[in-house]
Amino acid sequence: MGEGILEGLREAVWFFDEEEVARLSEEAVKAGMDPVEVLEEGLAKALREVGNRFGSGEAFITELIASAQAMEVGAEILNREIGKRGVTRKSAGRFLIGTVEGDIHSIGKNIVKTMLTAAGFEVFDLGTDVKSAEIVEKVEELKPDILGLSSLMTTTMSKQKEVIDLLKKAGLRENVKVIVGGAPVTEDWVKEIGADACGLDAGSAVEKSLKLMEA
Amino acid sequence: MVKFGLLSKEDTDAIHGASLEVLEKTGVKVSNDPALKILKEAGCSVDGNFVRMSPSLVQEAIKKAPESFNLYTRDGSRKHTVGGSEVIYNPGSAAIYFIDRDSHEMRRANAADFRDLVRLTDALEHIHAQSTAMVPADVPEIISDLYRLYVILRNSEKPIVTGAFTKEGLLDMAGMLEAVVGGQEELRERPRAIFDCCPSSPLMWSDVTCQNLIDCAEHGIPAEIIPAPQIGATSPVTIAGTIVEANAEFLSGAVISQLVKPGAPIVYGGSPSAFDMRYTTARLGAVEAVMAACAFAEMGKHYGVPTQGYMGLSDSKAVDGQSSFESGAGILLSALTGVNIVSGPGMQASENCQSLEKLVMDNEFCGAAYRLIRGINVDDVALATEVITKVGPGGHFLAERHTRENLRKERFFPSDVLDRLSPDAWEKAGSLDSTFRARERASKILDEHEPAPLPEDAADALQRALEKILGRYDIPISSLPAI
Repeated sequence: MGEGILEGLREAVWFFDEEEVARLSEEAVKAGMDPVEVLEEGLAKALREVGNRFGSGEAFITELIASAQAMEVGAEILNREIGKRGVTRKSAGRFLIGTVEGDIHSIGKNIVKTMLTAAGFEVFDLGTDVKSAEIVEKVEELKPDILGLSSLMTTTMSKQKEVIDLLKKAGLRENVKVIVGGAPVTEDWVKEIGADACGLDAGSAVEKSLKLMEA
Repeated sequence: MVKFGLLSKEDTDAIHGASLEVLEKTGVKVSNDPALKILKEAGCSVDGNFVRMSPSLVQEAIKKAPESFNLYTRDGSRKHTVGGSEVIYNPGSAAIYFIDRDSHEMRRANAADFRDLVRLTDALEHIHAQSTAMVPADVPEIISDLYRLYVILRNSEKPIVTGAFTKEGLLDMAGMLEAVVGGQEELRERPRAIFDCCPSSPLMWSDVTCQNLIDCAEHGIPAEIIPAPQIGATSPVTIAGTIVEANAEFLSGAVISQLVKPGAPIVYGGSPSAFDMRYTTARLGAVEAVMAACAFAEMGKHYGVPTQGYMGLSDSKAVDGQSSFESGAGILLSALTGVNIVSGPGMQASENCQSLEKLVMDNEFCGAAYRLIRGINVDDVALATEVITKVGPGGHFLAERHTRENLRKERFFPSDVLDRLSPDAWEKAGSLDSTFRARERASKILDEHEPAPLPEDAADALQRALEKILGRYDIPISSLPAI
């Protein structure tokens, strides 16, 4: 029965069927299945696969987002159970993410956030239009392994640099890897502002983050 | 008059009605306190940052906006009308990259690159306005908006399309313009620059852009309200739905502006892109994006206000077949639609990069577009029956007075960037392609063109205005690149 639920969950995520994901997640909890395993082998595995299909051009971004939202629905139910049982999911790393000051775009950030969650990261989301000083404070407080800074506009991307400069000033730069993302971001920009990597799309953001964790 | 239109009267009415419904039921999110106060006083329903507007308020506001205004050269001696069927091309903004003149590779743009672009634009015959087209990497970001204006004012007489990055930026830039033209009244009377104030799709006004819009209205500075929806991502995937949303954004801006100052000059702009579902990029050169930009302008004309559109740019990273098609199509269609301010020439990699060779190439397309919209003159002289009779079967027209007298009126004369040689002559000239020839022309212009100098007293006033602003930020003028 367990394998049937996992298979059903994977299928429901592929077909962005939020109701079915919720129903099966509840069923898994009732059946006493290991919530961490259901999350990993059901939901996250399916989303990673959709992510791969997006990477190869078989799936469009609309489908990836819909699958990610379906996964979120199930993850909420399973995380509640994980909390109740007092078990923990093996973390790929702590990740702090936000859109920089002056920029209120959230699509890119949110999709990266869900993909990171699927890849096993513990993600802390600061939202959009976040002041550089606040980001630095949160780095100090939450001690993430990686900081992700999103900026869609050419007129706000300089804030990514400002955050890095402030991290240096606060003596925190060595404690955290910085990955930047957004439409105008390039490898040259990474070098120029002294970041560690850039995620050019949701898939590569996860890949690069996993690599940063190995470094 | 040559005309192109995608929307019927019924279509514009349906879109207008749908936008009014959006503004009344859903409203817009306004993150600016002065605007919220103004809107509340005008009877809008304000719930936190969410503002709902009644159809009658919107209709009243849009009626007050002027149908045209004049934009003047730096010295105030010449003007362009912004409105009607006038078309003014200017380089697209705001690129952070530039195609290096020697390596031809894309790299971060610097102040010196921007100065080159400004001086080139000053010389190009079909680009009638300047634009603060780049974000220079070697200038502190807090003053980079106004520094670009400084570069233009020192290097060109052409009118300016610009925008501020901060609230203070707009006021500082207005101050610089006033310093150069001789005061606030003169600037109000004869505007030299238009400022972009962009809502954020879907249906939001950020604190900075909304304050910019208010300050423009107060200072009599023309404001371009430019919705920039990414079709399918930040607006509905249908073009009609995208127009409804962008139109609601424009109308909400029009309400704010006209409440601040009835009759304040505003422009109905647009920078739509087709969000690519495969690569998650914003494609400004996509055919649907160009269609949407034209349709936004049609809505603007429906309301009787001047229009703007980001067209004439390309998603291609190279100056190649794709860039020529996308830019050429945008340049021609914007002209046929009668978009008054067309921002885009020179721009590639969507809105990310400016290049001198592309600007020179696009300039040719702009020239052709101006010819196109002049249309085909059909009068007795143009019908030419007399000269046809005179030459008769088997003759030729080259020696005829009719040909000499009408040649210059009828023809658009491109520069040598466009290949017009015989195959043999082309081969002898080195078998060069148009990109190469465009680079050559850009270099030649930059070597030879001397822009009209800024008169000494105006230059001094500008310098003092800049130094005063820099003083506030503790930035020594000596730390800035010399331009």
